[in-house]
Formats: sequence, C-alpha cells, structure tokens
Amino acid sequence: MSTDMKMAFRNIWRSPVRTILTLSAIAFAAIILVFMVSFQLGSYEIMVNSSVKIYTGHIRIQAEGYREKRNMRFVISSPERIAKTVEKIEEIKSYSFRANGFSLVSSENRARGVLVTGIDPEGEAEISTISGLIRKGEYLAPGDRDKVLIGRLLARNLKVGINDELTILGQGKDGSIAAGIVTVKGIFSSGIDDFDRSTVQVPLSYFNDLFYMDGAVHEIVCTADSLFDVNKIKRLLKANLSEKKQKKVVVLDWKELLPGLVQGIQLDLASAAIFYFILVLVVAFSILNTFLMAILERTKEFGVMLALGVKPNRLFKLVLMESSFLTLTGVITGVVVGCAITFWFQTHGIDLAGASEILKEYGMSGIVYPKLSIVSALAGPLLVFVITICAALYPAFKVKKLVPVDAIRSI
Amino acid sequence: MYFQLAWRNIWRNPRRTFVIISAVVIGVWSMVFLSAFSHGMLASMLDNGKSVLIGDIQIHNKKYRIDPSIDNSMDNPDKIRAVLDKTLPQGAVLTERIKVSTYVSNARHSTGAVLVGIDPENEKKISFLGKSITKGEYLDKKDMRGILVGKALLEKFDTAIGKKLIIMARDKKGKVASKAFRIRGVFNAEMEATEKQFLFITMTGARKLLNMEKGISEISIVLNSEPMVEKTAAEIKNRLDTELFAVETWKDLLPMLKAYVEIFNGFMYIWYVVVFVAMGFGIVNTSLMAVFERVREFGLLRALGLKPWPVIRSVLTESIFILLIGIIAGNLLGYVSVLLMKDNGLDLAMFGKGSEFFGMSRVIYPILTMFDVMNVNLVIFFLGAVVSLYPAFRASRITPVEAMRQ
Repeated sequence: MSTDMKMAFRNIWRSPVRTILTLSAIAFAAIILVFMVSFQLGSYEIMVNSSVKIYTGHIRIQAEGYREKRNMRFVISSPERIAKTVEKIEEIKSYSFRANGFSLVSSENRARGVLVTGIDPEGEAEISTISGLIRKGEYLAPGDRDKVLIGRLLARNLKVGINDELTILGQGKDGSIAAGIVTVKGIFSSGIDDFDRSTVQVPLSYFNDLFYMDGAVHEIVCTADSLFDVNKIKRLLKANLSEKKQKKVVVLDWKELLPGLVQGIQLDLASAAIFYFILVLVVAFSILNTFLMAILERTKEFGVMLALGVKPNRLFKLVLMESSFLTLTGVITGVVVGCAITFWFQTHGIDLAGASEILKEYGMSGIVYPKLSIVSALAGPLLVFVITICAALYPAFKVKKLVPVDAIRSI
Repeated sequence: MYFQLAWRNIWRNPRRTFVIISAVVIGVWSMVFLSAFSHGMLASMLDNGKSVLIGDIQIHNKKYRIDPSIDNSMDNPDKIRAVLDKTLPQGAVLTERIKVSTYVSNARHSTGAVLVGIDPENEKKISFLGKSITKGEYLDKKDMRGILVGKALLEKFDTAIGKKLIIMARDKKGKVASKAFRIRGVFNAEMEATEKQFLFITMTGARKLLNMEKGISEISIVLNSEPMVEKTAAEIKNRLDTELFAVETWKDLLPMLKAYVEIFNGFMYIWYVVVFVAMGFGIVNTSLMAVFERVREFGLLRALGLKPWPVIRSVLTESIFILLIGIIAGNLLGYVSVLLMKDNGLDLAMFGKGSEFFGMSRVIYPILTMFDVMNVNLVIFFLGAVVSLYPAFRASRITPVEAMRQ
C-alpha cells in the first residue's frame, strides 16, 4: 500500500460516524435501485411471456401489409412451401397456421362483432397455452369441423354455454358473404379480459371452406425456446425466404406484433428512470455536501500540507482517493445487500393482492417475482457510482486551488 | 431570545448553512416535482378514461353492465329525466346514448365496433367527441344517415368522407338489421383504440336502425367538481328504483383506473420516504459536522452551567430554521419548474404507443395540488426534525472536558 493510500484510508476513519452515514446513503440508493430494476424487469418478462405464449407467438410470417390492413385478401397462398423452410430451422420449437376474419357472431338473442380465427388444433396446442386454459367443455380435436372455442367473457356476453349454437356471418376472401352455424365446444379463460372478450377459434379446415380461403392462410405462427433465440430465427427465416423469391412475405417478431406492450415497457422504464435519476441526484447532493464539509473542515490541514511542500496535484489525488474509496465501498455493499434482498423476494414472490385487477390485464397473477440479472444488479449501482464520483470532483478541485497562507489562516 | 440566538448561529458560517440548505432544497424540489409529474400522469389517464364516453356518473339498466345488449336498454327514460332534473347540482351536464355492438363493413373491409347513437348537442359538451372532429363536419341533430368515424378506422377501411359504411346489428326485435350510413366527419382521439372502437350516429338514426321507440342505453353525467361525484350519485340512487337501474360513478365503471390511482398514490408515499431517507443521510451528516465544529462552544456553554436540554433546544431550533428556509426555497423551485413545463408539458411522443397502452396522453402536463404540496412539506418537516434530534443529542452530550481537549 502506498503512503497516499494509507493516508486516504486513515483519513476516512478519522470520523467513523460520518463515514458510516455516507456509506449508508450510497448503499441505500444502490439497494433501492437493484431491487426496483429487478422488480421491473421481472414483471416485464412475465408480461411478455404470457402475451407471447397465450396467443401471439414469438415470430409470425405474414403476407406483406396484412398486419397493417388486416385485409382478408392479403394471404399466404401456399403455406406448405414456407412450412418446409420453417421446419429446417432448428431453433423453431413449433409452428402452426392461422387465418382470421372479422365476423358478426350471434347466438339466439345476442350478437357481437369479433375476430374469428381458424386454427389447426394439433399445431395450435404446441404454440399457445389456450388448450390448457379451457374452463368448460373441451379443446378442439383434429377431426372437428363446425365446433368453436370462445373466450369466457364473450360466452357470457353472448349468453351461450357448451353445445349451444352460434351463427357466424362475415366476408369471405373473394368478397362474398361467409355464413355458417357452429356449436360451442370449449370456453377458455386466458386471464386477459380483452382477449377473452373478443376471441372465437374454429378449426382451420372449416374456416377454409367458410371463408373461401382456397387453402391459403393469413399467418404462420412460430415459437422458440427462449426470447433470446428470436433474433437468430428471424434472420434465418428472412434469408431463406428471400432465397426462394417469396417476395410478398414478411417475418415479424413479438416486438413488432406487440408494439403497445414493448412501448409500454419503454415508457414505464422511462418514467422510472426519471424517478431513479432524481433519487440518485438527491443522494449525490447529500454526498457532495458531506465531501464539501469534510474538505472545509480540513482547510487548515491542507494549508499546512501545501506549506510543507505537498504538490496540489497530490492533494487532489488524495481527496479523490478518499471519496472513490467511500463510493466504491458503498456501492459494493449496496449491490451485495440489494442482491440478497432481491434474491429472497425472487424465491418468495411479492404478494400484490391489491393490484391483482391491474396485473390481470397484463396476464400476471397477484404474485410478482423480481428477477435478478447482471443488468438489474449493476445498472442502478453504476449510475450511483458515476454520479457520486462526479459529485466528489467539485470538492477535490477546490482543494487543488487552495493557497497555503490563506488556508492555514482559516478556522 | 432562543430564536434570535439560533438565527444568528446559522449565519455565523453561511457557507455551511448553504450546504445544508441545498440538501433540503433539492429534496423538497424533487418531491414537489415528482408529485406534480405523477399527478399529471394520473390526471391525463383519468381524463382520457372518463372522456371516452364515461363521464363522472352513468345510469344504466341494471342488467346492462353484465350484458350490454339492446334488450337491456332503459325503455322509459322520462322518469329518470325527471329525477335528474331535481337532483343534479348547478353546472352539471348530461347526455343520453344508445350503444350497441355492430359489425361494420364496406366493399373490401369489415370489423367489429360499437355503434353509439348520440344527441349531438349534449354530447359535444361532455365527451371528447366535440373537440375531436378534424375533417368533415359534426352530426346534425336531424341527420338520419350520417356517421362519424375514427381516423384509424377510416384509414384501415381505405375510405373517405362522403362514402358509405354498412352497419349490421341485432335490433330490438331480435332481427339482424342492416343499413348504409354516409361518412360525414372524422374524429381524432387521444388513443388509436378509441378511433377503431367507436362509430357515432344520431339518436334518431339509431332508433330507426334498431327499431326502438324512445329507449336509451345510458345516461352520462359530468359534474364540475370531483368531490360532488359520490354525493350526487348517492342522491340519484335514493330517488331511483335501484332494482331497475344501476347508478355508477367513474370509480365503479373504471375499476382498473381506480385501483391504479390508489396503487400509484401508495407508491408515491413509499417513494417520498425513499427520497427522504436519501436526503436524511445528508442532513444528519452535515448538521453533525456543524456540531462537531462547535465542540468548544458547546463545552463552554456547559461549563457556564447550561443544562443539556437548552443545548438540544438551540441546536434543534437551528435545524428547524434551516429546514424551513430549505422547504420554502425548494417549494419555490418546484413551483417554477412546474410553471416552466406548464405550456409545453413533458413530451412522451417517443413512447406514443406506450403511453396509449397506459391510457395516457402523449404529453404530460405536471399538476401541482395543494394536497400534494402539503403532504410533501409535512413529510420533510417532521422527518427532518426527527433526524435532527441525533445531532442535537450529540451536542448536548459534549462535556467541558471533551471540549478542552480540542
């Protein structure tokens, strides 16, 4: 240990109460940030996963313009050809075809305009969790024809139960009227009200005949093992599909499919960032004040040192060393304690019973689990570190400018 | 004399005092600003939520909420009108609507939407619609075939003003009714979802389409003061047959929003404490140093026979002076920064869709309320006084012997 370091270390412990208070302030900010960021990231992951798994899927292949216009005629006319390409990509866990048409669905005495989706019961069970969310009746079987699954709230609004009849009235691909009578086979409850209020699923083969699709579908929905594979899959799909000159096909990932969710997350992060930044600012001010006072207190001492021939630069370094040591210790303590607290909640969960109404809307249950990661453990503390070091610079520069005679004379 | 002494003591070392005051100022400022910012966020959520056909109070057929169908309309609204005439306070406005879920199509496109039959004159005063017509014109009361369409829906349908839309719905008699309406105007809403969800026609047009005589689906009331809402709702409930009608305030109609407001307010209190703790460390630290700088002085006072309590009192009085100065300056700073953002607001345009996801506008205007400001100041003042106790006690324990060693 060099003499300077030894001096810095001893200086810090000259007033233990002050040092401990300063350390606590820094550690406190770091702990709060580790916990809050982990909490946010944890809930985002649950939000994304539940949306993706219930219905959206990680990646969808659609005809160009279909997503924006939702036009019946923007179809993938030969889905099997694309399916061959999809099957070659190892990272894609499973895939399924879907077709959609807006229709007026009516029961004996109620009617609703909703999106009717044609699904392949076998493939769909692999990519969506709906098959496991059936509350009444059963999921669609592969050979089913005029059977439908509907959401819990839609069933309530239409006043229908299992085996009741529904009339579907819509517009086919060729613009003609599509009309059919189906029976309710299953009622599901995804927990996302909007989805449960507006979803009707029929077997794809039946949809194909009803809406005159000629074997065409609107989208191929793919799922991956984890969110991290999505970019690679997207790249591979794009490369392979363009090779085959499938010009009019686009590959969309979950971020493009759920722009509201992604931007909602960004907004939440942004407004949280304002809160965090102000917290760190307040801490930085506390620290700046403490450092400043510590320096003012020792003006005489610095004057003597300067008079004895210590170079201003060395003093500057000494003061900076003291504050970096304090900051670093505080931040490290904060990270350790913050991680420990977060980890405890990660395993035990935080019960937000009062918020379950809101959480349900985002597909979460009443218990939220923060998720510790490198980012959540280090991003906040890093901010604290950088801002605190900046706060320490000002007093250090002040020391550098001291004039020995004036400094010795000050009280 | 205590106050005079404390006041002079503070200014013996102005630099140190300013340092401590700055810690308080930044803390107060941050809390005032954050409360105004979050209040603005909540207010914009509430306004958006309420202006999309909710209002402060709504009256429906009791069965309508669970089963919003044309069968559950209020077929004889005269009685309710009479009750409302007597009950509503000054400045209240109301409008009647017919709401029905429909299937909309033109030659190439189709979708589901909610068709709303409105009284154009009154609707204008209450909901977002009056201010939102960007192209074409608003509905005339006698217009039987005109329809107002959201911008997003218009674009989705590749259509334009003057063209037709086919509306299909179940009428009062249970038959599927279908009729063509001509697009008269286009409205822009804060949220794209609203533009896609609603279509507006006149009340008379809706009655004709749905084969209704004089029934309505809902009455929406807007009062001019929030505190009156619960009271007025209770009065209406008293005078109406609650077996037949449901009288609900926005809190019943938007439970999500109500829960969100509550959670958010709870979170703000926690956050106040968090910010305070961060600030408290600084206050304790600096006032403690101020005490240690004056060890000789306190020792002398004790040697002259001063009891510990007067020492505590004098240090505490100094801290309270500093707190008060800091609080005043912090409030002023907070007020100024809110004032600066009053005209332009905080633009969240880059997260446009995201703010929509939360039901907020794209620009947030901070709102300063007396209640928030009082809360912030009380929190800081009391907690500040509490944490100043430690340095004060520390000062009272300085003995003459300890002081002489310095």
